[in-house]
Amino acid sequence: MTTAEPGPVDFSDLERETLRCVLRHMIPASAELGVPGADDPLIFADILRSIQRDRWRVGDALRVIDALCGGGLAGLADSDQEKCLSEFRALHPGLSGILESAAARCYYRDDRVMASIGMEARPPFPLGYQVDQGDWSLLDPVRARGRIYRDAS
Amino acid sequence: MNEPVDVLIIGAGASGAAVAWSLADTRMRILCLEQGDWTRPSDVPSTGRDWEARTLEDFAISPNRRGLAADYPVNDDDSPIKIANYNGVGGGTVFYAAHFPRLHPSDFRVRSLDGVADDWPISYETLEPFYALNDRMMGVSSLAGDPAYPPKPSIMPPIPLGRTGEKLGAALNGLGWHWWPSDAAIATEAYEGRAPCINLGQCGSGCAQGAKGSTDVTYWPEALRARVELRTRCRVSRIETNQAGMATGVHYFDAHGTERFQPAEIVILASNGIGTPRLLLNSASDRFPDGLANSSGLVGKNLMLHPYAQIRGHFDEPLDGYRGPPICTWSMEFYETDRTRDFVRGYCFQFSRGLGPARAAINGMADGLIPWGQGHHEAFRRLFNHSAGMVSVCEDLPEETNCVTLDPGLRDSDGIPAAKIRYRLSENSRRMLDHSVARGIDILKAAGARDITSKAPLSYAGWHLMGTARMGRDPERSVVNEWGRSHDVKNLFIVDGSVFVTSGGVNPTSTIQAFALYVADQIKSRIYDLFE
Ligand SMILES: Cc1cc2nc3c(=O)[nH]c(=O)nc-3n(C[C@H](O)[C@H](O)[C@H](O)COP(=O)(O)OP(=O)(O)OC[C@H]3O[C@@H](n4cnc5c(N)ncnc54)[C@H](O)[C@@H]3O)c2cc1C
Ligand code: SF4
Repeated sequence: MTTAEPGPVDFSDLERETLRCVLRHMIPASAELGVPGADDPLIFADILRSIQRDRWRVGDALRVIDALCGGGLAGLADSDQEKCLSEFRALHPGLSGILESAAARCYYRDDRVMASIGMEARPPFPLGYQVDQGDWSLLDPVRARGRIYRDAS
Repeated sequence: MNEPVDVLIIGAGASGAAVAWSLADTRMRILCLEQGDWTRPSDVPSTGRDWEARTLEDFAISPNRRGLAADYPVNDDDSPIKIANYNGVGGGTVFYAAHFPRLHPSDFRVRSLDGVADDWPISYETLEPFYALNDRMMGVSSLAGDPAYPPKPSIMPPIPLGRTGEKLGAALNGLGWHWWPSDAAIATEAYEGRAPCINLGQCGSGCAQGAKGSTDVTYWPEALRARVELRTRCRVSRIETNQAGMATGVHYFDAHGTERFQPAEIVILASNGIGTPRLLLNSASDRFPDGLANSSGLVGKNLMLHPYAQIRGHFDEPLDGYRGPPICTWSMEFYETDRTRDFVRGYCFQFSRGLGPARAAINGMADGLIPWGQGHHEAFRRLFNHSAGMVSVCEDLPEETNCVTLDPGLRDSDGIPAAKIRYRLSENSRRMLDHSVARGIDILKAAGARDITSKAPLSYAGWHLMGTARMGRDPERSVVNEWGRSHDVKNLFIVDGSVFVTSGGVNPTSTIQAFALYVADQIKSRIYDLFE
């Protein structure tokens, strides 16, 4: 990681439990692809470390979820958790976007995930990437059509 | 009290850097006060594994989300388009995409040609030599011969078309519509000590390679060599005036939070379309009760933001993805007014490549293209590296009700009142946005895209800040004259996007900088009767 200095994030046990459960439903592990879920211990720890700008809205989202399911999400059966979360997403797209963004920002930098989507586990700098020049003759018809700007005098 | 200077510039962004550099050859004592600091290339996100996340955290484009010491809060609750900026040496150019179109000749004659808004008091021809000079200073890559513009020279070869440019270009050819590689302030070869672009794809959060023309790597090194002084972490709170109604200098908070006074003979505002009206309004006094330079009542009025639409699609074959400058090509097909349409003026399309994996996932989930649960992985793999699209940059006409005022409650960390934005989309803008979404979908369909999404207006895209201290010849209808000098305070100049009379339908920075160079040139050539 670079200079982003995460501050301490003080989640209660209930918040952690609910968040982890949400993450498991959002991006589950896949044995077929060989990728962890967003609730994987390393990724979960990274999320907790990196979430400070969204701390309060994440807290709001978790409270709304727990209220919707009448207590703690984690205590429900899997199918009830799923039902509760789809209700949450339909009723609160803004809050759900906060959770999705917090999850994706950390999930999609995990080495195991990077490898499975064909990305090298490295920052863009200093190696950069290759981009094809492309076929410049595609511009011939644009040239042939001629000038399209208006005179202003 | 500090030593007096001849010229004091407030803000070290796009325009502040250009005006400082140009004035340096006068050998006057020139000082620039900038509230932010230098951005070290080794600190920008593309140097770390958390490169995408940081663009939503400490390198977020919203000052309210970043909330760093250099930032001042902006109350944009009363606007569907939220403000984006960067506060530091280079200003917005540290974050900009470096899409570098000029205004078109017709943009300076809006009233004469189309019967709306006002003509500019200067023309394309007035700015042409300064556009050319600025292109050389910023290091612009382009392809000569674009039929949407009067001839202009090319300095470096254009940025690559890549698979994205080819795909969309072929579709535009099929439709018979204009397109061209974008003029880009990105060095495609080694240029003036800058290394060439290596396709990091992270122009939007600072270029670690130094290939992108942000003014901290273009104008500023030259200006400092020419003995301009740049004092960072100094936030100006007020401009002071004397009994003759002339500016005498500015009050500012230095890096330690100590309030100081800096005397100056000439004050130049380069604090952008929000920072500048904020300072003028906060400089109200007994002599200038409605704010400084505000006898017209137009300081802060006519805020223009360029409503954006975003239209993106997905393709079966892989495209450039996160590699390469996010900008690519442009189309000026719908730029000029066409009386058969239900709106006046027009827009350009700015075509763009793909997204990194985190953004692809965030957008995909928000757009309903990536579900939660087991389907996530397959859906993600169908989108990631397979997307391309465009934004439309819609001309925003000036309306006095769209404005910047001082927030009665909100203050920055030095206790200076924050800016408050009130902004509504006009009916003309709405129609233009709708038109651009429909045409954008036509282009993507012609290119064979699936899973097409659109957003209009794009809510986070308030990054072009214009019009809030407009220029003109009539002191009752404008804040500064045609060469940037305040009508009311004869030694006060404005060179940033505030002076725009209309917005055009293209990104503004090349015009902002060309104007700043023009004002510097006017100051130099009028030096003996500058205040008359
Ligand atoms: C994410 C993003 C993408 C963009 N992409 C493009 C693009 O592709 N093409 C394009 O043309 N434009 C683009 N822009 C816009 C471009 O950055 C601006 O048009 C340009 O920087 C404006 O120049 P300026 O000189 O008016 O102000 P700025 O560059 O914003 O500079 C103003 C400076 O003044 C300083 N300042 C303000 N108030 C004070 C004070 N009280 N005391 C001291 N200092 C102060 C600020 O810290 C800042 O550094 C983009 C902007 C953003 C944020
Ligand atoms: S794409 Fe090029 S200009 Fe943009 S950040 Fe990367 S190296 Fe810099």
